[in-house]
Amino acid sequence: MSDLLTAGLGEVRPPLLWGFAGLAVVLVVASLAVLFLQKTKPDRDWTELRLRVQSWWGMIAVVALALALGWAAITVLFAAVSFVALREILSLAPLRREDRLIVLWAYLTVPLTYGLVALDQYRIYLVAIPVWFFLVTPFLMAIAGQTRAYLATVATITWAVIVCVFNLAVLPLLMKVPAEEAPAGAAGLVFLLLLTTEANDVFQFLCGKAFGRRKILPTVSPNKTWEGFVGGWILTAAAFWLLAPVFTPLSVWQAAVMAALLPVAGFAGDVTMSAVKRDLGVKDTSRLIPGHGGLLDRIDSLTFTAPLFFHLVAYYALTPY
Amino acid sequence: MRSPPTEPGEAARPHSWLRQAFLTALAAPAVRFLTGMDVVGRERLPRTGPAIIAANHASHMDAFMLLSLFPAKTLAKVRPVAAADYFLANPAISWVSLNLIGISPISRKVKRGEDVLAPARRALERGEIILVFPEGTRGSGQGMGDLKGGVARLAEAWPAAPVIPIWIQGADRVLPKGARTPVPMNCTALVGEPLVWEEGQDRPGFTAALRERLEALAASAPPQKWS
Repeated sequence: MSDLLTAGLGEVRPPLLWGFAGLAVVLVVASLAVLFLQKTKPDRDWTELRLRVQSWWGMIAVVALALALGWAAITVLFAAVSFVALREILSLAPLRREDRLIVLWAYLTVPLTYGLVALDQYRIYLVAIPVWFFLVTPFLMAIAGQTRAYLATVATITWAVIVCVFNLAVLPLLMKVPAEEAPAGAAGLVFLLLLTTEANDVFQFLCGKAFGRRKILPTVSPNKTWEGFVGGWILTAAAFWLLAPVFTPLSVWQAAVMAALLPVAGFAGDVTMSAVKRDLGVKDTSRLIPGHGGLLDRIDSLTFTAPLFFHLVAYYALTPY
Repeated sequence: MRSPPTEPGEAARPHSWLRQAFLTALAAPAVRFLTGMDVVGRERLPRTGPAIIAANHASHMDAFMLLSLFPAKTLAKVRPVAAADYFLANPAISWVSLNLIGISPISRKVKRGEDVLAPARRALERGEIILVFPEGTRGSGQGMGDLKGGVARLAEAWPAAPVIPIWIQGADRVLPKGARTPVPMNCTALVGEPLVWEEGQDRPGFTAALRERLEALAASAPPQKWS
């Protein structure tokens, strides 16, 4: 309970300030590049790119503010992210009319999960969704009495909750790591996870644009190429490995393992959500973030990198978990 | 046949600060929480009246969703046209409908010689934006019911007011007819190109054109796999 009371302004250490200063420089350059393109090639429509850069400003500002405010703010922020992502996927997925209240029940996993994290009930958090939600939900759906497409709907709802709620709740768990266990504090761990995940998306996209020739998964994600994947992997792994001593307690070899795996997890999350979207017949999961699409479009890779990062760092170096 | 210009519940009521506070501080955030409120074609929304918004109707959410589309300074001019038999049914509902939502009541049971559209027409005369559900009642969410002719009659009587079609996708899942518990699900409002009454046009033709626009918007809405 004591840390519930002291939740307030978190400690912001110099590496984090440098990190955000670096991001601000990148964004200033990107914004100037958009202005330059609008001036020199006014015949093309740059609105989408301009909106995308503007949205990056907004998203990075929100994350920076939450990190500065401490774990309570990160908990509220990612609870909101989980809710919106879950709403996006459950609104697009095939459901039956009888599932309306089951959907409401699924949303209750958001306050439940984040509440358990806030109250330091890590062991209950670990089983709350994968055991209890997975048992109770199919039972409730059986009581509702509709057996048409029953199994498929159970799978849809439970998978959506794992991806959107259970996996993202590791961010507030990371944020509660005691300050002395990571060189830049808990906020540094969250920062590095978010930075390398999103950088991997951007690097894969840019490498694909620049060198892309051979399609990697044409039936699922026709724009992704081997060149994009490998180029993104190299740049992200290098960035992670170089930044790991600044932000994480990992040894050189531990950091190398994570550096090798994290870009693959990011790619996996991206491609998995592409398969879902292709199945549902949509390009974006909503229009929430101008220039990006839905929230789930932005965080699809994070739903895979977050558990990898958390469990690997916890296994190697964190005492509370 | 003109009715007197001031009828109970009609005139300046929607301009009250209470309604403004209710709609912007309570209703709009609730709509965002429950529906995500994606908007396609926001630039086609009218900024000033007179104008007629014609939307499909499947849920009590619809009016709140449409009201949430407008910025605070336009909101004072926006009036949902709503059935008197339902929304003025008892004093409590009536107070909320008139003072917080700011409806313009319309009678669904026409008495001989009564001009039921008079309040809506006077709202247009005052330069207001009226929200109309031309189906006249909430449907099941599966497609659209028959459109009543009121919108065409208003457009003919007041040709300066463009008719802007809006298709609301998904409100019937958030709060279907007969349900009490709202469930958050993403919804999309698709704003179409305005229709304008042209000299010599016939009313059934205008209504058919409106239906066509609404159906085209529905076809471009995100898929909704709900069975």
